[in-house]
Amino acid sequence: MFSPDEITEVIKMLNEEDLDIRSVTLSINTMDSIDSREENVISKLLSKIEKIRRFSDAVDEVKEKYGISIVTKRVSVSPIQFMLEPMPQADFSVRLAKTLEDMAEKGRIDYIGGFSAFADRGTSRSSEVYLSSLSSAMNSTTRVAGVLSAGSTFSGINLDSVRKFVSQIFQMEPHASSRTAVMVNLPPDSPFVPSSTHGLGMPDAQINVAVSGPGVIESAIRKSSVNDIRELHNLIKRYSFKVTRLGELVGREVSNLLGVPFGAVDLSLAPSPKTMDSVARVIESMGVEKVGGFGSLTALAILLDAVKKGGAMATSSVGGLSGAFIPVSEDSGMTEAALSGSLTFETLIMMSAVCNTGIDMVGVSKESDKSEVTSLILDELSLGLSLNKSLGVRLVPIDGKPGSIVDLGGLLGKVVIMPLKGIKSQISNMNGFIPNFLKRLEFG
Amino acid sequence: MELAVVVVVGSDKPGIVAGISTELARNNVNIVDISQTVLRGVFSMIMIVDISNSSLKIGELRESLKNKGKELKVDVLLYHIDVFRYMERV
Repeated sequence: MFSPDEITEVIKMLNEEDLDIRSVTLSINTMDSIDSREENVISKLLSKIEKIRRFSDAVDEVKEKYGISIVTKRVSVSPIQFMLEPMPQADFSVRLAKTLEDMAEKGRIDYIGGFSAFADRGTSRSSEVYLSSLSSAMNSTTRVAGVLSAGSTFSGINLDSVRKFVSQIFQMEPHASSRTAVMVNLPPDSPFVPSSTHGLGMPDAQINVAVSGPGVIESAIRKSSVNDIRELHNLIKRYSFKVTRLGELVGREVSNLLGVPFGAVDLSLAPSPKTMDSVARVIESMGVEKVGGFGSLTALAILLDAVKKGGAMATSSVGGLSGAFIPVSEDSGMTEAALSGSLTFETLIMMSAVCNTGIDMVGVSKESDKSEVTSLILDELSLGLSLNKSLGVRLVPIDGKPGSIVDLGGLLGKVVIMPLKGIKSQISNMNGFIPNFLKRLEFG
Repeated sequence: MELAVVVVVGSDKPGIVAGISTELARNNVNIVDISQTVLRGVFSMIMIVDISNSSLKIGELRESLKNKGKELKVDVLLYHIDVFRYMERV
């Protein structure tokens, strides 16, 4: 049936190499909560708690059946912007955030995503309110996550909204800014926070899954001593298939138990602050002495291509931000490289050319010039438009100087303040939006 | 038939196979296949078992085998066969 080697391999992956399911996410349509009376919106949202609890129990049941670690349980709701449309008021926005927090707590889940808004080409009245209340909303919650969609290949980039977003994150506590990001080309079915939002065109509910397996890939590379790129590529492909299959198994099982359609598996290698689970270490195992050194992008590009090719065969529906995640604070190897100076903002932007997260979980000093920070974000988002892919920025403004650290604990890890260049950049002070690039015309 | 894989690893001594199989029998779990080796004093055993008539839920069975393992000073793991089926077969 199975050879002892096969059994040992799986057992090792699960027990020694930190293979786990990062998150199972129930994505639910909450558009039925839109109402012109505040109380009705709140009570309709709260009526979903029962559904969330059932989901939480189903995940626990699957965890017990398979004996696999499922690190977090999450829920995504329709972008909160829609609830604000009939009543564009800042205090209502904060109340909505607290209601989501309530749903998460009572539903026994770790994060609730969807405190999100779209302002791709212009800032509508609801996204305006969202952008003026985001810091109060995030500061007064602990499990709520959200994303500002500030552009897309279709629309261009809304510069005003990025500027407002920056001034909001500067008013946030580190735990709050770690739960929000600004993105372009936001996918409609991401199981990761802060990008997860119940997208348009989705069924009323679906299950999305994110796997995590850098430890497995690193250990496979280190054990193999291959000296041929194609063999290495093949090796990563094989393991990435196995990692993704585990996600498919768990997703299908939860979806069967709940009677909710299975959405997508995010073909990702997501790190965790534990030393055994680092994308940086995978790059280093491929021969780059320290991540950030030249060759890092080549290693990452090979890794990603292999992860996607192996993963694509393992699941029938790919979603989210498939690729390798490089959140600096959540990856012990990246954190170390940021502290030593081998990993800089330029390295992260360079890596964004092949990975799908962008600049993620990096500290900036609260003393930084906001227009320089906005320009940094614009560089990343422009890259997303030029390459026609999802990219985002999650910065954590912190009181302190470059090199200081704030420990957010758990999966979030240690946030390092990385140095900016201190070069004035007025481009981010211009009005309006960046026109959609030529890529747009490829869509017709 | 609902199958699961039991893996036992630890330093070799008399009574490990007897201890684990008694625990399985006590809970009405049938052994379908068994392979066992001792290499340089390290005992390792892989069992395929049928849990469809088990008196315990799989999570409870895992716990009871783990406790038995503690008594015998060996590590015992139990995984549902689907995990292997998904990860090792297309």
